[in-house]
Amino acid sequence: MPDGLFIFFAALTLGAALLLVLSRNAVTSAMGMILALVGVAADFFLLDAYFLGVLQVLVYAGAVMVLFLFIIMLLDTEDAQGAYPWKTAALGLATFFLLAAGVLWLFHWSGAVSAVKAGATPPELSTNPAEFTTAAKSFGRLLYTKYLLPLEIAGFLLLVALVGVVSLSKDNPESNA
Amino acid sequence: MENTSLAHHLILAGLLFVLGLTGVLLRRNLLVVYMCLELMLAAATLALVAFSRFNRTMDGAVLVFFVITVAAAEVAVGLALIVALFRKRGTVQSDALTTLRD
Repeated sequence: MPDGLFIFFAALTLGAALLLVLSRNAVTSAMGMILALVGVAADFFLLDAYFLGVLQVLVYAGAVMVLFLFIIMLLDTEDAQGAYPWKTAALGLATFFLLAAGVLWLFHWSGAVSAVKAGATPPELSTNPAEFTTAAKSFGRLLYTKYLLPLEIAGFLLLVALVGVVSLSKDNPESNA
Repeated sequence: MENTSLAHHLILAGLLFVLGLTGVLLRRNLLVVYMCLELMLAAATLALVAFSRFNRTMDGAVLVFFVITVAAAEVAVGLALIVALFRKRGTVQSDALTTLRD
C-alpha cells in the first residue's frame, strides 16, 4: 500500500479532474481544474520538489486559472443543457477506459517500470547540487549553466507572447480581426 | 512517502493524462477543451518530476520549470485567440464553428 497522503492527494486530483471533464458549467470546470492543479502540486511536494510545487500553485493555480476564470466570466457562454448525446458519451467512455487500462497495464502489470526501478521507495536525497536536491539553489545552478540558452529563449518567448496578446486583443476594425 | 514507488506516480500521471484527453474529445466548449489540454500538460510534468526524483537528476525538474513557463505564455495567447473568435463569431462552442465543413 502506498503512503496515505499520496492516496489522499491522488484521489483529490483525479476527482477534481473528473469534475473538470464532466461538469456542464464552465466555472465549475475551472474550479475542478484549480483543485486538480493543487493536487498535482501536492504530489510535487511528496516527490520532494518543493520549489516546483510552490511554482505550480503560484503560476498555474494562481495566475493562469484567474485568467481562465476572467475569460469565462467575460465571454459568459451559455452551457449546453441536458444529457450528452449517447454517441459522444460512448466515445468518451470507451476512450477513457481503453486508455486507462493501457496506462495500468504499462505501469503496473507489464513490469517495465518495476524492472527499471526495483525499489518501492525513492532513493535517498543527496546534498550534491548536481543531483536531485530540495534546494531552489540547484535549479538556479542548472538554469544559468547547462540550460542558459533555453532560459533566454523562454524569456524571449514570454516577450513574444506579451506582444502577440496585445496585438490580438487590440480592437482593429480595418484588419477585421 | 515511505511506500510510493515510481509506478504509483506514473499511474496517477497517466490517468490524469487520459482524463484530459477524454475531456478534449468529449467537450464542445472551447474554454473547457483548453483547460483539459492544460490538465494533460500538468500530467506530463508530474511524470517528469517523478522520473527526475527517482533517477536523482535535476534535469527533469528543470524541464518542468520550462514547461510551466511555456504553458503560461501559451494560455495567454490561446485565450486571446478564443476572445477574438468570440468577438467575430459570437460563440465558443466547437460544434457551431463549422464554416470550413459546410
